[in-house]
Amino acid sequence: MTTTVTAAADGRTVSKSSPGAARGPRRTGRIQRIGLPYLLLLPALLLELLVHLVPMVIGIVMSFKELTQFYIRDWGTAPWTGLGNYRVSVDFDAPVGDALLHSFLVTVGFTLLSVALCWLIGTTAAVYMQDTFRGRGLLRALFLVPYALPVYAAVITWVFMFQHDNGLVNHVLHDQLHLTGKPSFWLIGDNSFVALLTVSVWKGWPFAFLIVMAGLQHIPRELYEAAALDGAGMWQQIRRITLPSLRSVNQVLILVLFLWTFNDFNTPYVLFGRAAPQAADLISVHIYQASFVTWNFGTGSAMSVLMLLFLLVVTGVYLAATSRGRRAADA
Amino acid sequence: MPRSPMAPPRSFLWSRRVFLTLLTGFVLVPVYVMASSSLKPLADVSGKFRWLPSGLTIRPYIDIWSTVPLARYFVNSLIVAGAATICSVLIAIFAAYAVSRHDFRGKRVFTVTVLSTQMFPGILFLLPLFLLYVNIGNATGIALFGSRGGLILTYLTFSLPFSIWMLIGYFDSVPRDLDEAALVDGCGPLGALLRIVVPAAVPGIVAVAVYAFMTAWGEVLFASVMTSDTTRTLAVGLQGYSTLYDVYWNQIMAASLVVSVPVVAGFLLLQRYLVTGLTAGAVK
Repeated sequence: MTTTVTAAADGRTVSKSSPGAARGPRRTGRIQRIGLPYLLLLPALLLELLVHLVPMVIGIVMSFKELTQFYIRDWGTAPWTGLGNYRVSVDFDAPVGDALLHSFLVTVGFTLLSVALCWLIGTTAAVYMQDTFRGRGLLRALFLVPYALPVYAAVITWVFMFQHDNGLVNHVLHDQLHLTGKPSFWLIGDNSFVALLTVSVWKGWPFAFLIVMAGLQHIPRELYEAAALDGAGMWQQIRRITLPSLRSVNQVLILVLFLWTFNDFNTPYVLFGRAAPQAADLISVHIYQASFVTWNFGTGSAMSVLMLLFLLVVTGVYLAATSRGRRAADA
Repeated sequence: MPRSPMAPPRSFLWSRRVFLTLLTGFVLVPVYVMASSSLKPLADVSGKFRWLPSGLTIRPYIDIWSTVPLARYFVNSLIVAGAATICSVLIAIFAAYAVSRHDFRGKRVFTVTVLSTQMFPGILFLLPLFLLYVNIGNATGIALFGSRGGLILTYLTFSLPFSIWMLIGYFDSVPRDLDEAALVDGCGPLGALLRIVVPAAVPGIVAVAVYAFMTAWGEVLFASVMTSDTTRTLAVGLQGYSTLYDVYWNQIMAASLVVSVPVVAGFLLLQRYLVTGLTAGAVK
């Protein structure tokens, strides 16, 4: 922090913001002005340090310790175990590693499907609602309701709908449409993956809708007018103008959706409770389970660090790949 | 905003009608279930699902307050989410102003670091943060763990990165000439921020406030670990009905509806600002 402040003192900032400022009496004012941005940033920086960065470092340290319930009162005294926790986590032949791998694969599959569906539904809805029509404002407000609802209230409603005996889903599929031979279980067994995906898409797509809608406002009208003069129809305009113009919006949107969905804890936790079914064992809940139920925080931390590393790599590769793609498309 | 000067073709209109109708159904069914079940007598929600209630009753809305101490949870959530929102918005305004209006060393590092905290899995810093709060409490006597203060502190940092990011974009769209004129007129930099930039960026600030409030109001993971009996928020409190899961579904739905109304109403009233805010700020 201090080094950056002094370094900035002879940066170009000064000459730019106060050209030809006299030395001497103005000096304190100048220092104040140079310090000002840092002063303004200080609260944000301190809080991010306290709540995110310092705990993250502690978490990384913990992952190298044998931190079981015996040491939880004074975790500094827990013995070091080197890479022991990591070895346990990635030993896919043993139960712990095997379960983690399974949970990881489930999470990746779930995340890809959920992001794809959220993006598809959100974009389609936004493109269809680009023009004004009667009821558009009402519909837009309505579509944002799943996003606005508190997660637990929305997910509890879905839990009720997925109940075996008195839920709506079985009533419609079995009693009314006769699609299934007998009522299905949705919150345990293999169906739980479908249930989780449904709830996740229901909650997630309005965010994509919101962002794409905002992105559409930036497409200049003249583009459409020129295309119309050239005889391009509605569908062609969407394919040639609307979708390519959304490229940069999509780059951020898809990344954010991916990270949020991958890290999501609230939805599976409220949907299934503490013990998620195998088929829907998302990694956040899995690690929570591994830490708080077995009281083995060292291994839990190692798993979280692995998860973070994975996300870092994915994000890096994604940004590199999409940025290059964008440059190529722009050229 | 009309897209093209000519009328859209029939295929477009029809596919739009079908798609939007289906989507409306998908969105509304759970909302309908929540609202209708909250007015049903217990027999209706314990037996086979019925689309229409056999009779309407407001009994669940009376009972929810005594089955669990819902009023206390409600007050806790209001305090926590309200305070987190106010602090988060103020801090974000200052930080975004610094980034938008000043050139300084480390600017890019700051924005990238702050944004990348969005990427951290909450589970990674849940336990360390818990230990940190307990240790700070032991060392200084400031009770962060189990208190509303600790939760406020935690939640405000959750919404901070997105808020800063969005406000930077928004402040950038306010012409610099305006605050430079104010500086010439003798306002300090803070005067320029408060008198010129903030009023011009009200939609963006409202949008950020809505986002911060929703984030704090809906969070489950940290609330379930970091609260005690007296500071429990709605997110955890609502699960108090869960031991009675298959018994009082009408009450659970009524409680869900009651806790949703403040945020959904606020969101729908202010969503116009959110869209303008996003348009001017984040999405460019």
